[in-house]
Amino acid sequence: MRYLPKSPSERHEMLEAIGARSVEELFQSIPAKFRLREPLPLPGPLSEMEIIQYFQARAAENARGFTSFLGAGVYQHLRSVVTDALVQRGEFLTSYTPYQAEMAQGTLTAIFEFQTLMSQLTGQEVANASMYDGSTALTEAVLMAERLTGRHRVLIARSVHPEYRQVLATYAKNLGLEIEEIRYAPSGQVDHAALTPELLAGAAAIVVQSPNFFGVLEELPALAEKTHAAGGLVVTAITEAVSLGIVRPPAEADIVAMEGQAFGVAPSYGGPYVGVIATREKFMRQMPGRLAGQTTDAAGRRGFVLTLATREQHIRREKATSNICTNEALYALVATIHLCLLGKEGLREMALQNLAKARFAQAELEKVPGVRRVFSGPTFNEFTLEFPRSVKLINTALLREKIVGPFALGTHYPELTKRALVCVTETTPRAEIEHLVTAVRRILETPI
Amino acid sequence: MYPSDYRYTKDHEWIKLDGPMGTIGITDYAQAELGDVVFVELPKAGTQVKAGQSFGTVESVKAVSEIFAPVSGEVVETNAALADSPEKINQDPHGAAWLVKVRLVDPKEISGLMDAAAYQAYIAEKAKEHST
Amino acid sequence: MNSKTTETETLAGTTGAASRHISRDERLIFERSAPGKRGMELPPLDVPAVDPATALGRDFVRDSIEGFPEVSEIEVIRHFTRLSSWNYAIDLGMYPLGSCTMKYNPRVNEFVARLDGLASEHPQQPAEVSQGCLRILHDLQKCLLAITGMDAATLQPAAGAQGELTGLLIIRAYLESQGNARKKVLIPDSAHGTNPASVVIAGYEVQNIKSNQRGQIDTDRLREYVNDDVAALMLTNPSTIGVFEERIAEIAQILHERGALVYMDGANMNALAGIARPGDFGVDVMHLNLHKTFSTPHGGGGPGAGPVMVKKILEPFLPVPVVVQKENGQYALDHNRPRAIGRVRAYCGNFGVLLRALAYTLAYGPGIRQATEDAVVNANYIRKHLEGIFDLPYNLPSMHEVVFSDARQKKHGVNTTDIAKRLIDYGFHPYTTAFPLIVPGAMMIEPTESESREECDLFIGAMRAIAAEAEANPELLKTAPHSTRVGRLDEVAAARKPILRWKP
Repeated sequence: MRYLPKSPSERHEMLEAIGARSVEELFQSIPAKFRLREPLPLPGPLSEMEIIQYFQARAAENARGFTSFLGAGVYQHLRSVVTDALVQRGEFLTSYTPYQAEMAQGTLTAIFEFQTLMSQLTGQEVANASMYDGSTALTEAVLMAERLTGRHRVLIARSVHPEYRQVLATYAKNLGLEIEEIRYAPSGQVDHAALTPELLAGAAAIVVQSPNFFGVLEELPALAEKTHAAGGLVVTAITEAVSLGIVRPPAEADIVAMEGQAFGVAPSYGGPYVGVIATREKFMRQMPGRLAGQTTDAAGRRGFVLTLATREQHIRREKATSNICTNEALYALVATIHLCLLGKEGLREMALQNLAKARFAQAELEKVPGVRRVFSGPTFNEFTLEFPRSVKLINTALLREKIVGPFALGTHYPELTKRALVCVTETTPRAEIEHLVTAVRRILETPI
Repeated sequence: MYPSDYRYTKDHEWIKLDGPMGTIGITDYAQAELGDVVFVELPKAGTQVKAGQSFGTVESVKAVSEIFAPVSGEVVETNAALADSPEKINQDPHGAAWLVKVRLVDPKEISGLMDAAAYQAYIAEKAKEHST
Repeated sequence: MNSKTTETETLAGTTGAASRHISRDERLIFERSAPGKRGMELPPLDVPAVDPATALGRDFVRDSIEGFPEVSEIEVIRHFTRLSSWNYAIDLGMYPLGSCTMKYNPRVNEFVARLDGLASEHPQQPAEVSQGCLRILHDLQKCLLAITGMDAATLQPAAGAQGELTGLLIIRAYLESQGNARKKVLIPDSAHGTNPASVVIAGYEVQNIKSNQRGQIDTDRLREYVNDDVAALMLTNPSTIGVFEERIAEIAQILHERGALVYMDGANMNALAGIARPGDFGVDVMHLNLHKTFSTPHGGGGPGAGPVMVKKILEPFLPVPVVVQKENGQYALDHNRPRAIGRVRAYCGNFGVLLRALAYTLAYGPGIRQATEDAVVNANYIRKHLEGIFDLPYNLPSMHEVVFSDARQKKHGVNTTDIAKRLIDYGFHPYTTAFPLIVPGAMMIEPTESESREECDLFIGAMRAIAAEAEANPELLKTAPHSTRVGRLDEVAAARKPILRWKP
């Protein structure tokens, strides 16, 4: 087998050196009745070429070559080949968690740069070395707010990503954490009128997302003022991180839980992505996940180490801030390299292109009879439209045009049937936007 | 090394009594076991602590140690200097690096604690266990 | 086997000297930045430009990001290439980290994970244009079930620790459906730290159980502990000292008789794949670490994937959605599962990691047994050649890893960390130190099947040379490593006054 570096005679000699007559002897400690006598019924073995053929065949069964107008938490953005060339270096790809700092300065330095970039972008003082993804980052941020306030009730906007809310519910269920949903206003933003002093009193946190699941930006300063006055914390989720190129960062938030997928990570049918938690310095000891910190060696040379590890499970065990161990280091590296390439101006330009293209698409689609915008609040690269027909039917027809249509909100919001969330990024050519508009017009003109 | 007017617990805290007030810290043995202290977490003034219960933590790079109250009482003052220089716990555990001052609920609780001689015998025994 | 005396002398000569590794002092990317530089350009905008302050409102627009990098493409390439040269990696040599299973990460897996039509797919796209992705997930489930002997699987958990939590939530939901969720989960003192941390998030109390003198679960003690308050026992098998729990059947019986379940941490599955199946020896729930046993790259700390496999009785409680194959042969995501624990992560999990694990499994097929055999041969070969030089606290048959202790070297004032740091000078990544907790001064060595006999010999030579150095020149170990770009770093200073980001 090509991955195994031993010849049959080497195996034999090694067994001899061990003093075993056969390899079976090394497995004697497993009771005989549990030792398999037959080979496992697995497909393979396959050569490299056969493996490639298998996966190419699978790729052909997907939406390869389609234009997609899906966002809803996962975004298609331009990626430079430079990023992939660098992360495929074995020294990054095949390296372990940097516990042995002297032989992991590459990873540690990159994590420190990642933490810096995430702090700069979110307007927060510190950020961690990554969480699994946005949904688990948000859950951990809420648990962090619970620890910080000692309160066990959390208010969460209905406009937060529905799957993120489901993950939070799964975790909260057995921890005595009460979750209350806050409705949205006609603007698509969280309904400030619903946030009464009575509701806020005793709440650990209010959780919002901006841009929220409907694509609408939330007004954080007002929200933060109200929440802080009641002694609670503001937790802000971000799923479309490219928005931070032009949108005001959530500096008023106490904890930011971000999905960093938009920074150069492929959609890859749901993962791996890269979650981030950023917060105020005074809260850092309640932050979950690994942290790289700067220090020096005996000769005074700058170096980086994993630090504040007493928060983590391998030391504090059942009293740890979280059970997270493995994180998404490689995708934190992807985001770091991608953001270094884009730089200050590139990120801003990318964000501006998203805004412009989404506005163009929205205006063109609104010209189609029966199609209208649903929410009045400001939007970045996603917007909600109402259609005169079932979104599912429209989307099925769009597939024939090689278009993956917008996200049907009715899936998660019964009150929003016939509404869909359209996403347009810098990767969507104008011609494809126009194709979508023409196709939608034609579909709606066709009698049912 | 171990002041004779202090009383000691099996969890390696000390307490020095001054009328109804007690000053609490961790012992030299405890700081040596823990290594370089990097962080101390203490309760706010006004907190009620209960004898034998944890009221804070002392952390080194790779270990966390809970601090248990030798007596019950109300915290009246915490050593603010430790927030910026936790290394004091390694340098002067029985003096400058006291952790909290408490007003005792029941000064008689003190009688259940060890005196310096008993505590030294206790840690000598511990050291023997370790070496075998 | 040749003991590397000459090399030892050379290395000894480098004590305190400047690094022989890359000597360029690469600055942080922020320190290379200058206004107006950029490393990536976008195609021109093909729709009318929009003024953000007008479009969003002045209050929603940000100023330029202070301190954000501005560098060219070549600078990015050089910066990260230089950083990479300060890392150790499997592609460079053996990574004997016990419990971490640092094996070769096949390159074809990287290639197929990047294919257009796989990497490009959106998790919310309709099932009719996701058949390829769904089939990959379904095929992987079938393979993992065959290897573990379990009945049903979820691929959603993002890592081993999340798999643990998922498994525990499934146990909880099942017991609740039986009328009583119970209170405690038993964990041997040899367990990974994630186990107790996960138990708490699942809403259970941790009850630690002391291992017996052989480092195994004490069945008499276990019997005392198991009562109607106990929901499950969480064990690792082979245990963290690399030894198979011989009385596993009896252990499972003790739990099952009292209505409790057996959770197996599959961190050490590299000792069992193709040899024995947890489903056969009484395990009810388990997770696998695909970034260990199934070769997906560790990437400097992640990503991972922690699929959970369960017995039939627990299937209704798997998180949503579940990947299913319908009668017409089409694949689908089943969301309609009323007894499910909910969701533990958005979408279907770390698809890119799952896909690589399938590629790995397809490469071996039933031959996966050979990989397991080689891993166990390597561990026993190393044990044989280091026994007598390093203390072996538990003298039971080793499987895929062996745990020594620093007891002998301690007499010279040298501990497991010093030996580990000195290994770096010999060109090896250290073994696992300070774990498992039941072995003071642990030195936990897991070579995996990816190491040739020659690489094992080099490692043995290095370890023997270091043992000799520990006697002759302990200071050399205590100040190691001597060959890296930076020496031992001041972790105390880092933790006392944390600097977690660069500032202008």
